[in-house]
Amino acid sequence: MLNILDNKLDDTLNPVEPFLRSDRMPHIWCPGCGIGTAVNSFARALIESKIDLESLALVSGIGCTGRVAGYVKLDSFHTTHGRAIPFATGLKLANPKLNVVVYSGDGDLSAIGGNHLIHAARRNIDLKVICVNNLIYAMTGGQTAPTTPGHAITSTNPYGTFEPAFNLPHLVEAAGAVYVARWTTFHVRQLARSISEAFSKKGFSFIEVISPCPTLYQRRNKMGDGLDTMKYYKEKSRIRHGAPTGEVGLTLNGDIVVGKFVDRDRPDYQTMMRAQYVESLGERYIEVPEQESETECVCG
Amino acid sequence: MKADPHGVLTGTHFIDGDHACCEGALAAGARFAAGYPITPSTEIVERFAARVPTVGGTFIQMEDELAASIALQGGVWGGAKAFTVTSGPGFSLMMEHIGYAAMTETPCVFVDVQRGGPSTGLPTLPAQADMMQARWGSHGDYQIIALCPNSPQECFDLTIRAFNFAEEFRVPVMFMMDEVVGHMTEKVVIPPADQIEVTPRKHTRKSVEDYLPYGTNGDQVPEMAHAGEGYKFHVTGLTHDERGYPNMTPAVQDKLVRRLQSKIQNATERICLVEEDQLDDAEIVVISYGITSRVAQRAIDAARSRGLRVGKLRLITAWPFPEKIIAELAAHIKAFVVPELNLGQMVHEVERAAHGKAKTYAVSHAGGGVHNPDEILNAIVEASRC
Repeated sequence: MLNILDNKLDDTLNPVEPFLRSDRMPHIWCPGCGIGTAVNSFARALIESKIDLESLALVSGIGCTGRVAGYVKLDSFHTTHGRAIPFATGLKLANPKLNVVVYSGDGDLSAIGGNHLIHAARRNIDLKVICVNNLIYAMTGGQTAPTTPGHAITSTNPYGTFEPAFNLPHLVEAAGAVYVARWTTFHVRQLARSISEAFSKKGFSFIEVISPCPTLYQRRNKMGDGLDTMKYYKEKSRIRHGAPTGEVGLTLNGDIVVGKFVDRDRPDYQTMMRAQYVESLGERYIEVPEQESETECVCG
Repeated sequence: MKADPHGVLTGTHFIDGDHACCEGALAAGARFAAGYPITPSTEIVERFAARVPTVGGTFIQMEDELAASIALQGGVWGGAKAFTVTSGPGFSLMMEHIGYAAMTETPCVFVDVQRGGPSTGLPTLPAQADMMQARWGSHGDYQIIALCPNSPQECFDLTIRAFNFAEEFRVPVMFMMDEVVGHMTEKVVIPPADQIEVTPRKHTRKSVEDYLPYGTNGDQVPEMAHAGEGYKFHVTGLTHDERGYPNMTPAVQDKLVRRLQSKIQNATERICLVEEDQLDDAEIVVISYGITSRVAQRAIDAARSRGLRVGKLRLITAWPFPEKIIAELAAHIKAFVVPELNLGQMVHEVERAAHGKAKTYAVSHAGGGVHNPDEILNAIVEASRC
């Protein structure tokens, strides 16, 4: 259970409000979109895991989910299309104390940013990647994504898609992620718990959030509205923790296997880097010092 | 402030321009670099990879130049001074992130050791054909600073200057080397740390409540905060207001983009570094930069020995373009001779600045070697007869 009430938040506020830039509301997301729900679960995970918000940075790419960075009251970076992960890599390496979350969409992370996704997983860089997968390019009007299931209608495959889709949990597990989970936006509590759990892992964590795009994906594929999609998620989701990720690929109308698929330990990039330098350089190795910007300040 | 002595390899060295550039970056305080191997620039990050773990910094070899050119900006917002290093094909891939650095006002340095192009071109041979790309390669209206060293010593000295400009103006600085300057080995003197001036980050001292990430105080360069300090600021490549919040109105776009221009334009005279020689009586002025300036020197000396009144203007800063200096010269000389290792790039800027008051002679070269000094001499002779 979430311990929201234990945190003594102002009970006149929505418990997630302190995590949001309320001066930027209303947001741009459509009615029925799942991104806001996923952000809500993220905020609840922050409450639950009692993460120090000052040491937390959030990095997004471009797209509907890319806008998350603009709505969270954190140090937040809205970067270029596909490049949230390499930006986050630089941020983490320059300041190892930071908890760095990458929050972006399926097209951003697995198409234009696909190379960075697999290399970050290979390096096991300590990033928490939350991928909202709406199975489509939504911001630009509903084009085919690498995640679009076969036969789905999109604006660039108006007669149905025919190219095979990426099974993202399988991809990132093969590339080396230490934590891989998938939930839908129906599973708000399980999602919050998974995000919370990912914060306790050191290394590359990947959480896929299957989310509706009623405006483009559901409409074009005659799957109803946001509520109909919640019913679909409820009926068709199968919780299978530890399921072999090779078996969790998505189809147009089929079951959605959800759960925690991978939870393993291997040294993260910075641990390996430090060990290698200490072994080779001994006392000549100097760790990246904590940032001390205040003392070097020139401006008043 | 003075350089951190940990990064400064004080002494007299016999090293090439690539290695000197690396030492300049370390002396300037660079403690993060992200790179991707590409000839003829790789030696810079190879040396950095060997040196930086001993001075408290990090190097990471990324999966491509797209990643390298944005990872370095993550490093900057994490608190480090950071740079990346590349050559033509990689520079092309980095263009989007030069625009991102300009828009988000991320202080950083892009080193481009120029080789022959287009495309894969001449990986191991020199050119100076990325000069316009350095200025205009990313989309939209923005300003950058570009410096052109002509020796290993300058690769050291001017790399420090590049970092200092980047910090002062919060702008990406292009460090435009060429293959010859990168690979030529000469004496490089690295002074003691207390004789090296480095510009610290323009970090805010404002409280969290008072801090406006893109607010300015008249000098047009906003104060910066780093992730993890409690400011909870937002950075975006979208058009943004003083809070850093996206704002899609023409009025905010106009204010922001004009400030990104004017913060550099208003400081042009201070940023524009040139070397002048024998201009007092000159009728002809040879304008050159990088390795070509050393070839041009021979032609200028030969012309002077023939009694021709020739002077030298070397562009150390290529961008912003020193058009005022050139306009003033144009008013009382006959002609400019502009040799460069391309088929005509900076010569067009010279022509524009001269505004018809002096003739302009291009001495082009497609790259792959340097000019024969006689080609430049012939152009000087031709110009003197006009």
